[in-house]
Amino acid sequence: MKNAKNHEFTYPVFKKSMKKDYTILIPNMLPVHFKLIGKIMQNYGYNVELLETTGNQIADAGLKSVHNDTCYPALLVIGQFIDALESGRYDKNKTALMITQTGGGCRASNYIHLLRKALEKRGYGYIPVISLNFSGLDKKASFKINIPMAFQLFYSILFGDLIMLLYNQCKPYEIIKNDSEKAENEAFEICNNLFKKGKMISYKTVKNTYKKIIDIFNKVERRTEVKIKVGIVGEIYVKYSPLGNNDLEEFLRSVGAEVVVPGLLDFCMYCVTNSVIDRKLYGKRFIKANTYNFVYKWLLKKQSGVISAIKENSGFTPPVRFDVTMDGVKDYISHGVKMGEGWLLTAEMVELIHAGAGNIVCTQPFGCLPNHIIGKGMIRKIKERNPEANIVAIDYDPGATKINQENRIKLMMSVAKRNLKDYRDIEIDIGAETKSPEISKESKEKDLVNIISSSAASVINSIEASAASVKNSIETSAVSVKTSIEDIINKNKSQKSKTENIS
Amino acid sequence: MIYKMGIDIGSTTVKIVILDENDEIIYKCYSRHLSQVRAKTAELIELAKDIIGENEIKITVTGSAGQGVAQTCGFEFVQEVFVTGEMVKKYYPDTDCVIELGGEDAKIIFFKGGLEERMNGSCAGGTGAFIDQMSLLLDVSNEELDKLSLQAEKIYMIASRCGVFAKSDIQPLLNQGAKKENIAASIFQAVVDQTITGLAQGRDITGNILFLGGPLYFFEGLRNRFKETLKLSESNAVFPEIAPYAVALGAAISADNSNFVYKYEDVVSLLNKSANMPDNIQHSEPLFKNEEEYSEFIKRHSENKLNETDINTYSGNAYLGVDCGSTTTKIVLVSEDYGILYSYYTANGGNPVDIILEQFKYIRKLCVGRGDPGAPQNPTPKIIIKSAAVTGYGEELIKNAFSIDFGIVETIAHFKAAKYFNPKVNFILDIGGQDIKCFKIKNDAIDNIMLNEACSSGCGSFIESFAKSMGYTVEEFCKTGIYAENPVDLGSRCTVFMNSSVKQAQKEGASIGDISAGLSTSVVKNALYKVIRIHDASELGENIVVQGGTFLNDAILRAFEKKIERNVIRPNISGLMGAFGCAVYAKEKTTPAAEPGVDVTSVLSLEELNKFTHSSNTTNCGLCTNKCGITVNKFSNGKRYISGNKCEKPLGIRENEKLPNMYHFKLDYIKSIINSSQKYPDMQTIGMPLGLNLYEMLPFWHTLWTNLGFNIEVSDISSRDLYQTGQHSIPSDTMCYPAKLIHGHIENLISKNINNIFYPCMTYNFDEKISDNHYNCPVVAYYPELLKANMSGLHNINFMMPYFDVSNKKIFVKKFMQYFNSLENFDKTKTNKKIIKNAIDKAYKSQDLYYEVILSEGENAIKFAGENNHKLIVLCGRPYHIDPEINHGIDKMLNSFGCVIITEEVASAIIKTKPKTKVLNQWTYHARLYNSAEFVSKRKNAELIQLVSFGCGIDAITTDEVREILEKNSKLYTQIKIDEINNLGAAKIRIRSMLAVSGEK
Repeated sequence: MKNAKNHEFTYPVFKKSMKKDYTILIPNMLPVHFKLIGKIMQNYGYNVELLETTGNQIADAGLKSVHNDTCYPALLVIGQFIDALESGRYDKNKTALMITQTGGGCRASNYIHLLRKALEKRGYGYIPVISLNFSGLDKKASFKINIPMAFQLFYSILFGDLIMLLYNQCKPYEIIKNDSEKAENEAFEICNNLFKKGKMISYKTVKNTYKKIIDIFNKVERRTEVKIKVGIVGEIYVKYSPLGNNDLEEFLRSVGAEVVVPGLLDFCMYCVTNSVIDRKLYGKRFIKANTYNFVYKWLLKKQSGVISAIKENSGFTPPVRFDVTMDGVKDYISHGVKMGEGWLLTAEMVELIHAGAGNIVCTQPFGCLPNHIIGKGMIRKIKERNPEANIVAIDYDPGATKINQENRIKLMMSVAKRNLKDYRDIEIDIGAETKSPEISKESKEKDLVNIISSSAASVINSIEASAASVKNSIETSAVSVKTSIEDIINKNKSQKSKTENIS
Repeated sequence: MIYKMGIDIGSTTVKIVILDENDEIIYKCYSRHLSQVRAKTAELIELAKDIIGENEIKITVTGSAGQGVAQTCGFEFVQEVFVTGEMVKKYYPDTDCVIELGGEDAKIIFFKGGLEERMNGSCAGGTGAFIDQMSLLLDVSNEELDKLSLQAEKIYMIASRCGVFAKSDIQPLLNQGAKKENIAASIFQAVVDQTITGLAQGRDITGNILFLGGPLYFFEGLRNRFKETLKLSESNAVFPEIAPYAVALGAAISADNSNFVYKYEDVVSLLNKSANMPDNIQHSEPLFKNEEEYSEFIKRHSENKLNETDINTYSGNAYLGVDCGSTTTKIVLVSEDYGILYSYYTANGGNPVDIILEQFKYIRKLCVGRGDPGAPQNPTPKIIIKSAAVTGYGEELIKNAFSIDFGIVETIAHFKAAKYFNPKVNFILDIGGQDIKCFKIKNDAIDNIMLNEACSSGCGSFIESFAKSMGYTVEEFCKTGIYAENPVDLGSRCTVFMNSSVKQAQKEGASIGDISAGLSTSVVKNALYKVIRIHDASELGENIVVQGGTFLNDAILRAFEKKIERNVIRPNISGLMGAFGCAVYAKEKTTPAAEPGVDVTSVLSLEELNKFTHSSNTTNCGLCTNKCGITVNKFSNGKRYISGNKCEKPLGIRENEKLPNMYHFKLDYIKSIINSSQKYPDMQTIGMPLGLNLYEMLPFWHTLWTNLGFNIEVSDISSRDLYQTGQHSIPSDTMCYPAKLIHGHIENLISKNINNIFYPCMTYNFDEKISDNHYNCPVVAYYPELLKANMSGLHNINFMMPYFDVSNKKIFVKKFMQYFNSLENFDKTKTNKKIIKNAIDKAYKSQDLYYEVILSEGENAIKFAGENNHKLIVLCGRPYHIDPEINHGIDKMLNSFGCVIITEEVASAIIKTKPKTKVLNQWTYHARLYNSAEFVSKRKNAELIQLVSFGCGIDAITTDEVREILEKNSKLYTQIKIDEINNLGAAKIRIRSMLAVSGEK
């Protein structure tokens, strides 16, 4: 090639020797999963740090480093890296970056290249970037994953999905504040201890661990009220990352929803099936397709394992089997749509509706190309066939304001509330934003009685006042209890707004 | 008795309704809150004191700015679309659909066929606020705007997606002398179009329509546009008296469910208390720490000045410069040593010709009559205007009207001016009313030009209309920012987004000053990140000159200096730099006259000016099929100036018409394929939409199906009308225009009674071996899926959208046979394996032939350009950019500038190799761009212009990479963003600047 000389781009590679004294930064895409992944890598001797930074300066750093019309996730991930590098917390000569990479026709497969360009522009061209991917792009990297580690990484996805699922089903109903967080941390420690042993983990142990995790969440005391279930689907980063979606899960819970988020495993299986489908549609890559078909079946078995563990050990709602999810979308969109989240996104919407979470927030970065088709493009069809479906599409970008997004979500919630009444004859109250998110406004008094009768002790613990006086006051004056609870609620509220201020 | 009160606080207004126990309205009021949300609400409630009396009230708050109030006062908040729905169900139960337009929000609620409620997306801009802004632009009140619109004879196409775009459509119309009446009606039409595309998204607006909200209540013209566009009868279109209060009424109804009751005193005191609540929005540093810092700043900037020369005592040569900008007109007369003899700066209020006529008369009189315009004329003037130059949006109009010697492109004018203040200048930033322009200077020539793309333009006028909407003049408004202690961080993006950031800040109770300072910072950030796209202030260089009317505003200037952490030069004539640059240019271009003291300028004399008349009328050009709307201006000197034209045809200049134009050639080739289709009555017909990748693959599919024994019907070439027929079924308003057009093509085929439509899904494209993979972009690949899901017309016909990969012929043959045999609707008795195989062979050959013909034609064009000394432009885009409705005639415009045009695949085919790129090079169409950049880099007479469709996500990646390749090879990079906007004003400046710069190079 004539221009080869000018166009030979070489990038710093993560070398074996760097393992001992380099810090590897990873972006926080899925809070639970990535925390586990980070721990695994630490166990294998990589000095990994999960970036949990927040704030406007991240988007600012992104805007300065990449093309402004680049998708928001790229802008945030790169912005977060640059922001971290420039924070002074890390020795830039001893830092590497790790980024996940999907392949395919979506522009998201360009993240790693954009990151490298950005690094070069900012004068950090010497910093090695490691790609973590499913499809073998960027083969040069020498970040090696051995078999036990690969299995651990895979199990971290299963555990992560499980913890996320259980947490989401506990949090809105917890009686004792932050019990769900405690359970989450406990579950996390169990996984971490398992990984620390560093050897091949037997599947039996894994199954035992499921049970342990489920038991932990079983212990979280929960109210039995009906909440509106709201599903979140979307482009993978803004779907999961609180940084990307302005802490959507938390916001939904604050307006009285139970959040349902399909797991990461589904996305992995979607990626795997694409090769199988490619073979079917275009007659390509026979061997690859067969291998992937094998992998797919294996994954499906693993998913079934989780599902039966949940069914056998708890009353929690398990995830939907992937083959069911996949089959359910057939009448909506072809499995040939494989860019971005592809048909999976549509499938998840359909799955959520079938599972009774027909209220859906469809998240996407502003101008996301695949989502024009698979998200916004399919909403009409889904609604035609499922009149109760209540879907709101929310765009995320550095300029979008929270207030607009929240307003649209509240509209969806109002409709959800009415649907519940119309379709299932259940009347509940939401829109309690002027009051505490923990206890919904109108049912406050009713709740109070419920709470106290179901678990007086725990309420008393949580109330700072002495147990006796509260007990007395229940009998003598319900009003005074109401006030003291209100005090606590207010305290919680002010604490919450304080945290909001800080963030 | 318990009353129910609904409070609706929107982005610009507060509405309150009180119902008594019988649900009768006993109080209602409507008022602009000018951002004093809480104070205004309290005020309006105080007015109802006597009505409320001692009764208890239940309260519900709603509206986009109502959340904050509800939160701090503890009132119930209910989502506004939801309460509207409740109101309609109670009072107008026959309604099928509600359209509600507010200050910034547009909402639609469908009742029939499944309740559905929608609000405008974050990109859809405001409506009420948009109309306000447009009134300001036309310099009329809202009432006048409405009245004007009723007199309209013609509707212009004005971009409907967001205010900023619409503005850039309207401005040239104004400058070209289009009638305000027509523009007023067109503005309302734009609002209607926006509602239909942005909100209906695939649902038909039919049946009984209830129109709500202030704008619809107050503007008859807007109501008419809605009725006409939606084809509604009088009985179907309901415009209720309660319209402005409807949402508040809905809130009042909802208040019934509230468990809390208040007394009048409680409400007022809660509201007043909340005025002092703490806020939690992001703030930035104040612009000035103290008074001292401010006065130092003032002192420093007062040093960059141009001296004034007294016109009454000066005698000698003078040079005239005119900058007829988008919103303002600027005139400067300078002496031989650049003293300012006379200067003038005004908003042109839409009619620059009259303003300049008056000014020229005045100046001519001053030159002759020595300062006393009333004095008897002195036959021998003491000041001789040697020459004059004009620049800006109105350049051509003014040049023609007043016989001005030179017309120059704005960029050159500004460079000339900046150089006067700092000969070493290496960076000029000009923020005007509508545009941001910045140039990098290297080796005494403009090295790079950056103009704002449509989406961030209008920053200067944005501040102006914002100030006005809050009840301030722009000067006052900006003053408040200078002393603001906690400027609000409003982020950086297009102004429509800023509107909602401001809303949020207001919600949190930020002061006017804080918002003003925040807006100043946002304007600056926009310029830096969106237009200049700096990474580091040092990239701007040491010597920075800022100018343009917007920089006269100290707050913005300060914000800029703070942001780039460097002091800059702002000349005292900051707002006049364009005009001054023209004067400098005129002086440079004037050869010393043989007879000194003789007036050699061609500018109209006083006598001619006194006789000057001007008229304009609009018509449609009939010289080609485009039928562009054009405005013909006639002047008393007999000159005729035509504006609004997209090519030079109506001007009578035809010499460049014959220049090679591959866009034209390719389109002709496609047309010839379409015209070759013979129709046999005994054969079935397959329709294909002419858009996206089918533009390029038409030879392939056309040949294939023809050889299988089908008639082929291709949809018509795109037009605005065709687009509008499919507009209602577009589900995502931020998608690219080429994709949106397909909806119209499908409707077009359906209207032709086609029963079979073929439009395959194609993940993969042909493999040209120039990229790592050969994908299509997600939109091109899967658009048929979207069509099927959103176009109800497709339910009744056989819509064929198989998945094919054509890159491997062998596999394609196999897969296509399987597919063809699975088709049920067709008679397959006449086809067999051999016929299919043969048809596929021919299809591949036909596609190859297409590429060969294009390549050889392209090579001829390249040769022609070289031999005849023409500039060669590689006009890079996608295959579908040859669609005249997508490129808006940019190719013809380039031809008219003497450029030869080739397309990206020609350049790419000549380069052939796979370039190494820093980004993942995996899309076939996009890979051609990188090769084109390589091609241009190797040729002296070639330049590259990249056409980017707004919303093309992948071009966010390609543009940077193409730019990098070009700049590495010292070539200019020029990008033109295109959309449904039908006006080439900005594109023209861009192209002319590029040609001027590359000419200098």
